Amino acid sequence: MRISTFFYTIKQGCINIFRNKWFTLASIATIGACLFLFGLFYAIIANFQNIVKTAQEGVSVTVFFDEGISQERIEEIGTLIDKRPEVSKKEFISADEAWEGFKEEYLGEYADGFTENPLADSASYEIYLNDVSMQPALVTYLEGVDGIRLVNRSEVTASTLTGVNALIAYVSVGIIAILFAVSIFLISNTVMIGISVRKEEISIMKYIGATDFFVRSPFVIEGMLIGAIGALIPVGIIYVLYNKVIEYIMVEFSTLTQLLSFLSVDEIFGILLSVSVLMGVGIGFLGSMITVRKHLRV
Amino acid sequence: MAKSEIRGKRKRKQFTGSDEIISLTNVSKAYATGAPALNGVNLHIQKGEFVFIVGDSGSGKSTMIKLLLRELVPTSGEINVMGYDLVRIRHRKIPKFRRNLGIVFQDFRLLKDRNVYENVAFAQRIVQVPSKDIKRNVPSILATVGLAGKYKAKPRQLSGGEQQRVAIARALVNRPSILLADEPTGNLDPKNSWEIMKLLEQINENGTTVLVVTHNREIVNAMQKRVVTMKKGVIVSDEEKGVYIDED
Ligand SMILES: Nc1ncnc2c1ncn2[C@@H]1O[C@H](COP(=O)(O)OP(=O)(O)OP(=O)(O)O)[C@@H](O)[C@H]1O
Ligand SMILES: [Mg+2]
Repeated sequence: MRISTFFYTIKQGCINIFRNKWFTLASIATIGACLFLFGLFYAIIANFQNIVKTAQEGVSVTVFFDEGISQERIEEIGTLIDKRPEVSKKEFISADEAWEGFKEEYLGEYADGFTENPLADSASYEIYLNDVSMQPALVTYLEGVDGIRLVNRSEVTASTLTGVNALIAYVSVGIIAILFAVSIFLISNTVMIGISVRKEEISIMKYIGATDFFVRSPFVIEGMLIGAIGALIPVGIIYVLYNKVIEYIMVEFSTLTQLLSFLSVDEIFGILLSVSVLMGVGIGFLGSMITVRKHLRV
Repeated sequence: MAKSEIRGKRKRKQFTGSDEIISLTNVSKAYATGAPALNGVNLHIQKGEFVFIVGDSGSGKSTMIKLLLRELVPTSGEINVMGYDLVRIRHRKIPKFRRNLGIVFQDFRLLKDRNVYENVAFAQRIVQVPSKDIKRNVPSILATVGLAGKYKAKPRQLSGGEQQRVAIARALVNRPSILLADEPTGNLDPKNSWEIMKLLEQINENGTTVLVVTHNREIVNAMQKRVVTMKKGVIVSDEEKGVYIDED
């Protein structure tokens, strides 16, 4: 294709956009709404996953040993734990360390009254997991190991986090899919109107000997431009809104902020921008291509 | 395999460029409803001829033009234009074929939102002529049709005769071998009709084969060209230096 042809095609695509303004606006608005929701879900999911990840990093299983267990057996158990695929890291906390920690946290200066370590049997392994969902399997295994007296775990947190995470993902994928279908439908309609408005021009082009590709390209470009514009607007809005919302949450729900760690806008924006534009252009391409194939039997 | 070989050979009868440029052999065309619009038409036109096609309303003249553009496919028969077998031509070859034709209609069919220059340049853009050549070709062809001073005007600012000149310029700018005109003077007054016909004659003198469908008896009789007369889908007369035959 010649450079001049390429620019001519782009120009015609732009002219199409302005020629039926209202349909173009409607299409841009739906794509915009669709990608705005996508952006919203993306921001929520990204943050939620970040929160879950941070929380998961804190979720641990604590293993206590039988009374009078030998140091060798403790080390053997340590090796067994290390071999498990669920484990990301483990930490040994000796009875003395446990006592020191307890003293510091709860007793303060009153601790001087103790001459012996009251937590003599409280040595433990603190085990951190790769993934919270693996916790039940590991716990079952550990309970069967000789020399382990007690396995402490945080069941509630683990299952709730995984459950909520999956639910949000399913719901958002569902809603976004519906919105995509609506967007494709609307773009397809817009392009169809464009085609019917330009029926005469198209027939003249065909008489003169325009190739199918030449006739179709401006309409496909129109669809892709609508998609791109429809993507940039909501991304811009989300960029501005995001900081405001985070700020608001921080101020109004300050108690939550220790629990929740939010991502900064720049951390999510890179992916959001590229994915949105890609989706917008993709939807535009699909919508116009479908219509052009169906209604431009050249 | 054998079949495609036959097709390959048949698709493009070698076009020698010497004599026959259009040939219709036993061509019939029936639309979904009504009597056949064309019924066993045979017509052979040599390169460089000027041919009038006349006949009553509904006799099949426009149908013939549409078959020659490969807008329609005949129900039966063979059509060959410039070596292209229009019955078997592949869909994606049609644009290339049409670039050999210039087409003019009664209703001009200009792009109303573009000026004279753009309407003509449009035809060159479609066949991907480089911009610098377009800038040279368009003014030259506008001068040929007598519209040198009007290239910035929009179609609605032009008279019917002027609009038809723009359409002719558009049909000619890609230097077609054949010009097909379906009632080019149908919407024009006698003076403009004469000027347009004279323009077509001049184009023909420069080597383009010209086919003109018309109802203009006076012009046909005066111009002394080959006249093909149609009636109810058949050619009833075909005369060199013919005249417009009255229906009775
Ligand atoms: N698309 C169509 N569908 C059905 N019948 C058609 C169609 N186009 C033309 N016809 C019929 O075919 C016949 C020939 O039509 P055609 O347009 O070729 O006539 P014509 O000679 O060009 O007439 P005119 O001088 O009025 O333009 C007519 O009877 C017409 O009604
Ligand atoms: Mg007609």
